Amino acid sequence: MQIKESSTVYDVCIVGSGAGGGMAAKTLSEAGAKVALLEAGPMFDSAQGDMFKWPYQSPRRGAGTHRPFGEFDAAFGGWDIKGEPYTRVAGTQFDWFRSRMLGGRTNHWGRISLRFGEKDFKRKSVDGLGDDWPISYTDIKPYYDRIDKMIGVFGVNHDRSLGLDNEPDGHFLPPPKPRAYELLVKKACDQLDVPVVPSRLSILTRPVGKRAACHYCSQCNRGCSTHSNFSSPSVLIPPALETGNVTLITNAMAREVLTDDEGLATGVSYISKDDNMEYVVKAKAVVLAASACETARLMLNSKSSRHPNGLGNSSGMVGKYLMDSTGGDLGGIFPQMMDGIPYNEDGVGGMHMYMPWWIDNQKAKLDFPRGYHIEIWGGRSMPSYGFAGGIQGYNGWFTEGGGGERPEGGGGYGAQLKNDYRRFYGASVGFSGRGEPVALESNYCEIDPGVVDQWGIPVLRFNYVWSDYEILQAKHMQDTFEEIIHTMGGRLLWNKAGKESNYGLHAPGRIIHEVGVARMGKDAKKAPVNEYCQAFDCKNLFVADGASFVSMADKNPTWTILALSLRTSEYIIDQKKKGNI
Amino acid sequence: MEKPKNGMDRRTSLKYMGGGAAALASLTWVACESPEQVAENPEHQHAVREDYELSEADQKLMEQEFFNEHEMQTVTVLANLIIPADDRSGNAEEAGVPEFIEFMMKDQPWHQTGMRGGLRWLDIESLRQFEQTFVSCSEQQQKQLLDQIAYPKSAKPEMSQGVNFFNNFRDFVATGFFTSKIGIEDLQYIGNTANNWQGSPPEVLQKLGVSYDDVDGYEFA
Repeated sequence: MQIKESSTVYDVCIVGSGAGGGMAAKTLSEAGAKVALLEAGPMFDSAQGDMFKWPYQSPRRGAGTHRPFGEFDAAFGGWDIKGEPYTRVAGTQFDWFRSRMLGGRTNHWGRISLRFGEKDFKRKSVDGLGDDWPISYTDIKPYYDRIDKMIGVFGVNHDRSLGLDNEPDGHFLPPPKPRAYELLVKKACDQLDVPVVPSRLSILTRPVGKRAACHYCSQCNRGCSTHSNFSSPSVLIPPALETGNVTLITNAMAREVLTDDEGLATGVSYISKDDNMEYVVKAKAVVLAASACETARLMLNSKSSRHPNGLGNSSGMVGKYLMDSTGGDLGGIFPQMMDGIPYNEDGVGGMHMYMPWWIDNQKAKLDFPRGYHIEIWGGRSMPSYGFAGGIQGYNGWFTEGGGGERPEGGGGYGAQLKNDYRRFYGASVGFSGRGEPVALESNYCEIDPGVVDQWGIPVLRFNYVWSDYEILQAKHMQDTFEEIIHTMGGRLLWNKAGKESNYGLHAPGRIIHEVGVARMGKDAKKAPVNEYCQAFDCKNLFVADGASFVSMADKNPTWTILALSLRTSEYIIDQKKKGNI
Repeated sequence: MEKPKNGMDRRTSLKYMGGGAAALASLTWVACESPEQVAENPEHQHAVREDYELSEADQKLMEQEFFNEHEMQTVTVLANLIIPADDRSGNAEEAGVPEFIEFMMKDQPWHQTGMRGGLRWLDIESLRQFEQTFVSCSEQQQKQLLDQIAYPKSAKPEMSQGVNFFNNFRDFVATGFFTSKIGIEDLQYIGNTANNWQGSPPEVLQKLGVSYDDVDGYEFA
């Protein structure tokens, strides 16, 4: 087999085009660097998505047969990708979501854009668990500030009296007005001392640059025809390409990082999914932003005499301290929302209000160390596949005022049932907790010694077990959701999860916030990369995705990935100027 | 919108050539516009199409047959009993529910056994009670049988398989009907369109007993 090697030597080769890779490509190319940008999936422009489609424009009515979040979802890929397996150590669980496309998982997420706060960088100092980051909020604040302005995010700076002191201020576009049911949530939560505040989403409520403001069709997850929400191919890749300095290579599945006799990175080898051939792209520096675990896989698969444990892994910590956000959900039905008044309740594609973590775990003497935020969903959204599933579980409730006579129990058929569907449509509101796990060395990914993918690349084997910290946190979520639903005057849409199901705690990987596995630190013996995400063992190798996270806040990681990538990219420029790399 | 080469606009722009911070500064805030101006922003291009083209794979599924004629007849009768026509909208058949269920059996084959077996269960129970298949029964007899399986709480234990089948079937009918054009209109879902969100209307706020006064400390878009 021939390996095709171009004579071009790029200044930087970036693997991955999502939040981290897109930001690195933009920053480095704008500074004049010649960049090769490898993406394992095809081209994608969210303007070409399925926004505005109706479910009846498909014979499966939008069912998620081929995509986990429904047929019209923009993200290609999922937890299972043909030809790209992964394995798990017996008795452990981790479900690995990958998007193979330009922009990766930035095409998928809910655009919840939260800064980590001061405490989030110093958790060990707060509660003695895990480790502190080698940087503080002050180090990263300027980058968050620039990203807010560059990309656009709506929200508000919180009133100090709410006590949300771990939720830093930002530069916000005005948030959309709350939906009526979100005000109902707030009214109940005011009684429970749970703050309900405008959410922070990277969706434009005012035009920014060439991008138009949101037109409130609510279908952000399908891609945006006007690039009004944030995704890497909408916001970061175009300016990078406009510099003329970026060579974008799609359908390029990275195999390994190549090194020279000195142990320095010299480029990346990859398989082209277009012609199934092997290629090498040469570069003076390599930035891995392939998604945390894919980055760890590349490092571990890049073995040489200088790097026998994998590239940048003399600490043995590559793959360790894998984290995903905790997740739990509960929904309710509310009689005052039944027989709703028809109107366009779409708004932005996501919640207009949410609840940041509001409790001090130590002072409140909670039996778990880390917090969670609560996301709100419900209302008169577009009917979709799965509409009113399991109605027999609840349509016998609230029969007064139009419910009519029926035999005992829910369900039924005919005119009564048809009317029930109408009455209950838009009357539910649900809550999803998304919280912080504790970073544990025992949660990791490693190379499976016996399994390769369809290109012969050794695959990852996961080992992840939730600890009691996360399980007890999930219990607190369920109790809180129940209390809110009852205070709002509703009934639980399904049974509250109990001990036997870890209180509804989703399996690791299901919240799709994988971080860790190449964490930053001050000590090369304990961490693969330094505070600039530069490998201790290989000074021209950098990580720019979630791999460098030391701990996971109760917040979505994207804003922090962007900030770290921007900081790392400018560090690369600085080091280049100084002749250090 | 013109289909961009290489997936996006690659016009070279000199203002991005400065590098570093200068380039970043070129992407700064645009002065806030009033909501009316935003709604009319000329960059908005909304191509709304109601038709659809089947992919090759879906076309193949369409051409396959899962239900035989009798089964399809049973599915249609049953679906129409679950969602009949009334003064607001048509029945399940008019919403294309039988075709939708037929497609899902092929698209998600793991439903096949339960569906086929459930339809057969219905016929056997119908033969037992009325000495004819379900579709041959009078509507009164059909309803008499449904009354035994459509209300899980009061159903007899020996009908549990029928109850389970009917719960699943009802879910398929609900999705099929309420994701159809007539079903969406019946529900009066008003959305999936470009607009300018200005909050919930006063009558909705009043119905829920809430007010924007509760959030008057905030400045909204």
